[in-house]
Amino acid sequence: MPAEGLLAWSWLVIALPLAGAAVLLVGGRRTDRWGHVLGTATVLGSFVLALLAAIQLSGLAHRSVGVDLFTFISAGSLDVRAGLLIDPLSVGFMLLITGVGALIHIYSIGYMAHDPGRRRFFAYLNLFVAAMLLLVMGNSFVALYVGWEGVGLASYLLIAFWYTRPAAATAAKKAFIMNRVGDVGLALAIFLMFAKLGTTSYAGVFGSVGTLAGGTITALGLLLLLGACGKSGQFPLQAWLPDAMEGPTPVSALIHAATMVTAGVYLIARSAPIYDATPAARTVVMCIGALTLLIGAIAGCAFDDIKKVLAYSTVSQIGYMFLAVGLGPVGYVAALAHLFAHGFFKAGLFLGAGSVMHAMNDQVDMRRFGGLWKKLPITFWTFTLGYVALIGLIPFSGYWTKDAIINATFDRGDWLGYALGIAAVLGAGLTAFYMTRLMIMTFFGRPRWEDGVHPHEAPAVMTAPMVVLAVGSVVAGYVLVEAFPLSHWMAPLFGAPKEATHVIAPLTFGIGITLVALLGVALAWLFVGRREVPVTAPVRVSPVVRAARNALYADTINESLFMRPGQWLTRALVFFDNRGVDGAVNGMAATLGGSSARLGRTQTGFVRTYALGMLGGAVLVAAALLAVTAG
Amino acid sequence: MTLTHYLVLAAILFTIGAVGVLVRRNAIVVFMCVELMLNSANLTLVTFARAHGGVDGQVMAFFVMVVAAAEVVVGLAIIMSIYRTRRSASVDDANLLKY
Repeated sequence: MPAEGLLAWSWLVIALPLAGAAVLLVGGRRTDRWGHVLGTATVLGSFVLALLAAIQLSGLAHRSVGVDLFTFISAGSLDVRAGLLIDPLSVGFMLLITGVGALIHIYSIGYMAHDPGRRRFFAYLNLFVAAMLLLVMGNSFVALYVGWEGVGLASYLLIAFWYTRPAAATAAKKAFIMNRVGDVGLALAIFLMFAKLGTTSYAGVFGSVGTLAGGTITALGLLLLLGACGKSGQFPLQAWLPDAMEGPTPVSALIHAATMVTAGVYLIARSAPIYDATPAARTVVMCIGALTLLIGAIAGCAFDDIKKVLAYSTVSQIGYMFLAVGLGPVGYVAALAHLFAHGFFKAGLFLGAGSVMHAMNDQVDMRRFGGLWKKLPITFWTFTLGYVALIGLIPFSGYWTKDAIINATFDRGDWLGYALGIAAVLGAGLTAFYMTRLMIMTFFGRPRWEDGVHPHEAPAVMTAPMVVLAVGSVVAGYVLVEAFPLSHWMAPLFGAPKEATHVIAPLTFGIGITLVALLGVALAWLFVGRREVPVTAPVRVSPVVRAARNALYADTINESLFMRPGQWLTRALVFFDNRGVDGAVNGMAATLGGSSARLGRTQTGFVRTYALGMLGGAVLVAAALLAVTAG
Repeated sequence: MTLTHYLVLAAILFTIGAVGVLVRRNAIVVFMCVELMLNSANLTLVTFARAHGGVDGQVMAFFVMVVAAAEVVVGLAIIMSIYRTRRSASVDDANLLKY
């Protein structure tokens, strides 16, 4: 259905941050003084427009409108038009991206106040917001892919923001390359769609899914999953997310917690009609989600870097979302509710971590924190609200959303549902454990600060967004699941909410989950809180802890399986290039040079030799003439 | 005296001239040998003109003589200037075209 009125102007939502990025990048140092204000204003403007679009959309009877923009590719029989699709799913993401994005922009004004590259930072942030909005608002897989690549680029630019640091440059390269591996999957899926269906627009593809062979649909599902794993940091492409913490903390909050890493979940949710037709691909999605949530949870227990713990927590929570979308129609809404709630509390936790780092002279080692709850009150309380939301204590956000996911997993009734459900419950316990460990090491206990560190609360421009996000963390879960259920808002996409047959009674289940979380909290207090936190990490630890410290050897496996063979291949190619190709070219040049030197010796400068040559030539010509005329 | 005698004489003269061009070192002697070759060609032309009964060969011989004269003028001028700069009239000494 074509858009009318305000919705026809939805492209402004993307255009505003894009224009902001262009102005700030092209304007250069001239815009340094007001660059951060422009950057924040564009995203705030987009948020207002998104809000108005949401209000107008909710008033429509048919909650799905399209905005046709321009012809993107027109080559022979290939005609791809660029357009936007405004429906409940895209509007939900638009509000998340612009809302949380605006708050993080405001926070960055304060966090990056002393950084000379602040204007460049806001330009890249605006570029990211524009690309992410295009990703969620596009009406075809090609439009999604343009935004997909854009957020990958913005992520690379922002992780390596302090590009003079070798660790940051390496982490950005790693993130981009691992994203690329996933992008191959998405690109192949798009090629398959073009080959089989001739179109990649959502309307075209989802309308014709029934005409495809079962194998093709499963292949599409698996290829899209590969793309989603790359972007969302799921197994086996999860190793880049913790390394991406080299970037400034607002980047970690916006990109690697709330928005870019959720693009994979968006992709799978948007492709619901494809996944509904292929139970095999759905099973793979669920298993990857469950596996990743355990990997993230186990690794998160062993790191001392506060940002890395939060990064592994993100990997784990997105594993929950993947587990949910793999469940089929009943799971999409649960995954999206958890996604939106997670956007609030994880961004809030990252901003809180940034505030702590700001107070402790950019220290990230939790073994150097301690006793901060009195010195940083606002940070402490906002962080605590995010913490209880994440571990799923009733009645905070995480409880409602995580509970819905685990409940739906068990409701499958078969052995896979039980196995994955138990894994999810175990993950919830581990989540409570590592988050409590983080809280204890950071805020409680005796101060273990370095010399010259004087913790002070962050300025208002940084604490205000943290407070807003903390409030969101508290209420988002209840609002999205019970008060204004997301299932009703998303009904045009995923069908009316059905009453599920529960394997375990909901109340029992809720109490059980909360008890598991409290058990995690208690264990953390037992192992970490009761004794002094050592300033240097203990060396003699069990193999389990050592494995967790190495992130379950993910980096080691990647290195031995891919990096070393790649290096050998490179070295072999360089050797072949130097000896073989260069040898052939230089050899030819040497041959020509040598033969020309030898031939040159006939030029003696001796006139009589030349005269003899002329005579000989004339005799030959005369003899030839005689032979021709006589013969 | 038949035709053949004149032609043989012309061939002998031509051979002497050619060998002289190749063997002699003095540039002026080389020139004289070139003139010898030209005159042997003249003799051949006139002989055939007499044999055919027309005057075409004799007219061509005139042309050859004019060209030979012009060539001598130019060639002697070149030899003079080479002699002035190099103090030698030997053809072996003008070897600057050596690679």
